[in-house]
Amino acid sequence: MERTDQISGHSLGHFIMEPMWIRLSASRSAHLSRRKSFILSENSFARGRWMTHHPEKLIKDLNVIARDLRLDALEIIHERGQGHPGGSLSVAEIIAALYFHHLKIDPARPEWPERDRFILSKGHACALLYSALAHRGYLSKEELHTWGHLGGRLQGHPDRLKTPGVDMTTGMEGHGISVGVGLCLAARVKGLGYRVYVLVGDGECQCGVLWEGAMTASKYGLSDLTVIVDYNGVQLDGPVQEILPLDPLAEKWRSFNFATLEINGHDVRQVLEALDMAGEIHDKPTAIVAHTTKGRGVSFMENKAKWHGRAPNDEEYAQAISELKGETRHG
Amino acid sequence: MDRQSLRKAYGESLVDYGATNPHVAVVVADVSSSVQTSYFAERFPERFFNVGITEQSMVDVAVGLALGGMIPFANTFAVLFLRTFEQIRTCVAYAKTNVKIVGGYSGLSDFKDGPTHHADTDIAIMRSLPNMTVVEVADAVETRKMVPAVAELDGPVYLRITRADMPVLFDESHEVEIGKGVTVRDGDDVTLMGCGVMVSRCLEASKILAGKGTDARVVNMHTIKPLDRSLLEKAANETGAVVTAEDHTVIGGLGGAVAEALSETYPVPLERIGIKDVFTETALTYEELLDYYGMGVKDIVESARHVMKRKFS
Repeated sequence: MERTDQISGHSLGHFIMEPMWIRLSASRSAHLSRRKSFILSENSFARGRWMTHHPEKLIKDLNVIARDLRLDALEIIHERGQGHPGGSLSVAEIIAALYFHHLKIDPARPEWPERDRFILSKGHACALLYSALAHRGYLSKEELHTWGHLGGRLQGHPDRLKTPGVDMTTGMEGHGISVGVGLCLAARVKGLGYRVYVLVGDGECQCGVLWEGAMTASKYGLSDLTVIVDYNGVQLDGPVQEILPLDPLAEKWRSFNFATLEINGHDVRQVLEALDMAGEIHDKPTAIVAHTTKGRGVSFMENKAKWHGRAPNDEEYAQAISELKGETRHG
Repeated sequence: MDRQSLRKAYGESLVDYGATNPHVAVVVADVSSSVQTSYFAERFPERFFNVGITEQSMVDVAVGLALGGMIPFANTFAVLFLRTFEQIRTCVAYAKTNVKIVGGYSGLSDFKDGPTHHADTDIAIMRSLPNMTVVEVADAVETRKMVPAVAELDGPVYLRITRADMPVLFDESHEVEIGKGVTVRDGDDVTLMGCGVMVSRCLEASKILAGKGTDARVVNMHTIKPLDRSLLEKAANETGAVVTAEDHTVIGGLGGAVAEALSETYPVPLERIGIKDVFTETALTYEELLDYYGMGVKDIVESARHVMKRKFS
């Protein structure tokens, strides 16, 4: 099969966007044919309805932000001598796209009831989240350097009571989707218009409770819930495929009755498109399986389980930032 | 004495209170007809969520509802909340979300289903969590009074409710304040301090003791955490001996809480009525099961006599 991204014109390698979208509509066709409001279909795709509308400048800016978030996350991990670089580096584009374009949020009003909610269910990636919150104005850049200090506001994993902009305390795997379900149900009861985004790790998809929450999301047709899976393929003890395989992961989400998209999670344009598409689905939750690389951007960290929860030493850190800044050749 | 169902009282109270407070929501894990949240389901279907046998997810869904400004009551059998302990610790207690966890079928009250279904450790486990309030109700009247109090307390609460129909102990003048024990019988010779179903047994024991010239004080300690230390210390001071009684293991529950408090502030002889660190069995009635495992009225009477002999001179 010739796999070409018709949206951006770039080769997607093994990441399939267009065929998946078509499969999405096909699997939904019986259900959706009864829904006039549904605008996604194989035809609409073929007509180019989903041709990108995001300007090049936005894509470029978000890529710069993603790089800066990586640099800041690595800096505070190195400074603290603790943290999770691998799973932080793999979500930089996703969090950049959410916090710097997609989410309906206001840093001046972190408790705004109508704000979109973001739950970092894979709470161990908080170095990246804290960096995003600082860049977005929830925290000062200086405060980033207090991460993990006794008495500080930035805990080892996100704490909703201590850190402005953190919607839910996380760090124990598996909770985010069910919490997101409750948030969506509350919005439905109260007539609030926010959407809920839950970023889960792939190892986390081994938790039974995650799929319990997925069933309930499906039962109530929570179209305001978008789950993004950071499918970087590596967990604490080694490759996911060796520890406890997840494939076919997208099929799992489809079988739980989620509208399911597969994207390259490092392609900002694809991330934005998928988030937009999720907003156009009105009868079920969406899962975006984002194929990513653990440790993305730092050659010696990429795809290495040992960088799941280990901080770089001074030499490794210097090499890492040099690569991220493009001063040395990546890989 | 007239007996009434506490779970029915709970189910009806949810409806009554839910009618006055649109933020109340109910989540349940496939036991709605058992714990009688079905009344709420009929009246407020838009605020009722049956999530099937997904207890762990149910707790997290309740957390999300709370984050969204609702006051969720999460319901299943008390013993089944054990499988949700990490959810409760991380997402309810630590994250301090306004979730009400309601453990039905508490203690041995699900006598017929056997020890798999007996909730004999839940008070101890819930009590160990910071931010958690732990309450057990003694009769239907107290249940009706407690539901609004639990809903209006801003923070996590574990509410323990028996499956059994229990004697009605209180009239409508009964006032409930979370964290404040209730002295239901005055006496100066010994204190019988119970929670939940054991309050009525303490009262029965006090009548037997009175017939033999012993004037027992009976305290309904419906809030196990935070424990009403001033009421406890006053009782210890004035009666010089305490017997605790609970349908729960003697480790870490009401008896454990009282032992911890008294030993630190006002040590007096103490005996603990409860399950003596064993797994239980199935029985044909709740009453015989309580009696068999040492929670009978005669056990309370004997403990009272024994503890009084140990009083400091």
